[in-house]
Parts: sequence; structure tokens; C-alpha cells
Amino acid sequence: MKTRSKPILFLCLLGGILLICFPVWLEVTGAFSSQWELEEKLAPVFQNQPGRAEWTVLPLAPTLENLVEVLMDSPGFFTMFWNSVLICLGVLAGQLLVGVSAAWALAQFPLRGKKRVLNMYVLLMLMPFQVMMFPQYLVLRQLELLDTLWAVILPGIFSTFPVFLMYRFFRAVPRELLEAARLDGAGEVRIFWQIALPLGKPGILACMILSFLDTWNMIEQPMTYLKDKSLWPLSLFLPSIGLEDMGMGFAGALLMLIPALLLFLGCQDQLKEGIALSGGKG
Amino acid sequence: MRIGRPETARRKKGRDAPGKKRKDILIAWGFLLPNLAGVACFTLIPMIQVLVSSFQRAIGGKWVGLENYVTVFRNAAFETAVSNTARFTLVCIPLLVGISLALAVALQSLGPRGNPMSTGFLLPMAVPVAAVVLVWKVLFHENGLINGALAALGGTGVDWMHSGAAFWMLVISYLWKNLGYTTVLWTAGLTTIPQSVYEAAQVDGASGWQTFLHVTLPNLRGTAYTITVLSLLNSFKVFREAWLVAGDYPHESMYLMQHLYNNWFRNLDYDKISAASVMTSAVVFLLIGFLRRAWDEEE
Repeated sequence: MKTRSKPILFLCLLGGILLICFPVWLEVTGAFSSQWELEEKLAPVFQNQPGRAEWTVLPLAPTLENLVEVLMDSPGFFTMFWNSVLICLGVLAGQLLVGVSAAWALAQFPLRGKKRVLNMYVLLMLMPFQVMMFPQYLVLRQLELLDTLWAVILPGIFSTFPVFLMYRFFRAVPRELLEAARLDGAGEVRIFWQIALPLGKPGILACMILSFLDTWNMIEQPMTYLKDKSLWPLSLFLPSIGLEDMGMGFAGALLMLIPALLLFLGCQDQLKEGIALSGGKG
Repeated sequence: MRIGRPETARRKKGRDAPGKKRKDILIAWGFLLPNLAGVACFTLIPMIQVLVSSFQRAIGGKWVGLENYVTVFRNAAFETAVSNTARFTLVCIPLLVGISLALAVALQSLGPRGNPMSTGFLLPMAVPVAAVVLVWKVLFHENGLINGALAALGGTGVDWMHSGAAFWMLVISYLWKNLGYTTVLWTAGLTTIPQSVYEAAQVDGASGWQTFLHVTLPNLRGTAYTITVLSLLNSFKVFREAWLVAGDYPHESMYLMQHLYNNWFRNLDYDKISAASVMTSAVVFLLIGFLRRAWDEEE
């Protein structure tokens, strides 16, 4: 009986996946539809005309014109894309620089007050952004960082989630290995470089993927700390594209989706590992 | 053993010469401090400042005791936001936790084919909200695709944006985004249950359902705690969808705490915002009490 129900289960799950992926498919096909076709199909939605919006599985007349327009004729898009890239690079580099070593120290050294620091990190990592929004705004104003990309990058670097994740990973490094290295006379810095980093690579990678996805998707922080529109990342710019440029909106969204999607598909196993780690399989 | 122990102890003492040990600890603090300083500067100290200022008037800094808190509690928008947020949480979390557990069990029963399939469910995690705003609008508009599908199935359409259905749009967005993530968490929990336990149940003649109830579920208790709290905290992020699709003042049924914060912030209502921040942190703090218990149980 159990074996007979498997194909049905399989098909049900496949249906579920199709349903889940449907919005993404809409987005992709939208990017390859002409402005004219989109207006034709979606007039009931965007111009409030009677009738219902329609969609076809594939565009009727596939075209690259939207993508070309976004890539060639809209300098604004490039600025925003570049802002997004800069923010992500800054946050990830910073986390590598100060986060990895902090996680290592917490995982492997008998520091006094360590437990308290860890508890505090967990607490902060679970706070919703809105709680931090106002306090952080005050600090950034004091430091005169508002309306610079640093206002988004610096708090991002000191997010405690990556430290916590890598801490869990580093804790699994066997003590005996370190003892042996110490007996051989290796200093702590050398141990960090030659044992911690190579062994922790999968954890660090998983963590960087999660951080990237989070930062690439950032909305609340830039919305609160950046008034100057020329500093906005893509995530804020896209929703402001008007309906008369719907085609460009879809194309821009596709370009924003591509890096995240490639990373996701390329590193799905590490990503899953990272998620499992965040949940406490420890 | 009895002979070996003093020897090991002596060896340990000999190796950890006090001077070297102190140096190691100093290096370790060196590893930790840059991060700790940043965290203190950008989150910890500001939060303490806000705690203090929640008892003061924003302009002038005069001590007003609990006045700010009273103002917040008397605020009608606050009441709406709190009850919506609570309702959202109470509807979403059980739905998400239940569906994802069923999904994880189903995927696991497929064996090796389950892993690539879980990728399909995880996909929305990689999709930036901003990249699907247009799609959301096309799907959820009164004349949109979902209502089209409902009509084709013989149902009647719903005005998703301007009625109580707006709330359900949020629920769907949240489930869409978090289903895969939570499923992977459950899967991780499932793989920690030793195979031998299942075999024992099989020998005892337990049916599939009995095994699930009496073997699988009790073994997932720790995971369930963690998942519930993580889902809860992820539920705060649904504001992105709400804001991108419906703006600063959406239909009343989806006006969340986060909208309130933003609007207060924009109107420079600093008195209210600091009091509300403190209260929200207090609630989160309590939730984390539960979470830590779950984690400690496992360690």
C-alpha cells in the first residue's frame, strides 16, 4: 500500500512545486514580453478596465527589447544595481573580516562572560528590524553617516546572525586537533588561519550565501536611512517604476533576480546546510 | 584509569604555562573585540539609550515616567496594529509549521528524490520581494489572475487589496516565502532521529500513522520549539510584501506594527516610537526565553 501511494505523492509534490514556482515564471516571461503585449494582457489590472487580466505560458511575441532598454538606455538602473552590489560587497567583506574571527573566539576559547555574549547575540539576531530602526537611526545621525551607503553597510556588518551561525559550525571542530597543533607549537593566529578557516569553509560559505540573499533583498534599512534616491539599491528602485514602463519593471526585476537565483542554484546544498544549522541541528 | 588521571592532569598543567595561556586569551579577545565593539555601537548601546528615552519627552528630555507608554496604549492605530499582528501570527504560524512538517515527511519518504524536490520549495527564499512586486499586483488585483482562476473554477472573485481579504494575501505571501525554509529545518530534525528507533517500531507492528505519532513527533520536540520561534520572528519580515504591494497605508486588515513604526518614524513621533520599541523588545525577549530552553535541551 505504501509503495502504491508513492507515485501519487510524487505528483502532488510536483504540483506544489509548480504552484510555488509559478510567480517566478510569471516574472521571467513578463521580462520577455513587449510593453505592448503586457498592456494588452494586463489592462484590466493596471488601467482598471473591465474584464480580467490574462497570461500565456510563453510570451506571444518574445522580445529582448525591455532588457535592452534597461541595460542600454537607463543609467538610473545601473546606478541602483551598482549601489546594491556595493552594499552587498561591503556587508559580506565586513562580516568576513570581523565576524569569522569573533565566531572562532566564541567557539573555541574559554572566555569569561562568553555565555552572556552569546545569549546577547542570539537576542539581537532575533529582534525585528523595527525595534532597532529608531535607535540605529540616532547613532547613524550622530556619526553623520545618514545618506551614505555606510548607513546601510555598517549595521549590516554587525548583524549577529552570521556570527552565531559560524559559531555553531566552529564548535564542531574537534578540540583534539587544536590541542595537537598547540603541542606542535603553533600560535593561535596560525591555528586560526591554517585550521579554523579551511575547516570552517563550508560554514562560512553557507553563512555568506544567507547574508547575500538577505542583503540583496534589504528594503527597510535603505528606506529609513537613505533619503537621496541616487543611493538607493535596486530593491527600492524597482517598486517605484511606473506602470507605463511595466516592461522595464519586469526586465529590471529579472536582472535583480538573476544573481540571487544563480547563487541559489549553484550553492543549494550549502544553503540547506546553513539553514539546518540555524535551526539548531547542532 | 585511576593511574592515568593524575598523569594527564600533570601534563595539562605543564603545557598551559600561565604566561602562554594569558597570551592566548588576549588573542582570543582580539578576535572577538572588533565585532563586539561594532555590535555595541550599532545596536546594544542605542537600544539602551532608547530604553532610557522612552521615559523622557523626546524634546527637552524631561522625565515623564510612563506617560509615553500610556499614550501608545491609548492610540487607536496601535490597537489595530497589535491585533492585526497578533492575528497574523496566530493564523500563520500553525499553518506554516503544520504544512511544512507534512511536506518534510512526504519529501523524506521519497528517499533520494526528495532532496532535489525540496529545492523547488526553497526557491522563493532566493527571490527578492522587490523582484516580484509586479507579479503580486497582477496576481492579487481585483481583475487579476487569481480571481480569474477562481472564476474559472466557478467561484467568485475577491477584492484582495481593499477588503478583509488583504489579510489573506499577506498570509499567502508569508507561506510562499517561508515554506521551503521551514521544510528544510524539519528535514534536518527528521534526519537526526536514528533509524533504529523506526526499526524497533516496525518490529512492534506499528502502522505508519502510529509510528509518526509515537516515534517521529516526540523526537521532534526540540526542533518544533526552534521552528516555531524562528517562524514567528520571520513573520515580522512580511512587512516587506505588505509595504511594497500596498504602500504606507494599506487596507486596515493588514496594517501591522511595522506600518505603525514607519509612520510614526516619518511623523517624528519619537516619544511613541521609543516606548513601542521597548515593548516590542520585551515581547521578543520573552519569546527567546522559550527558544533558549529548546536549544539548551539539545545541547
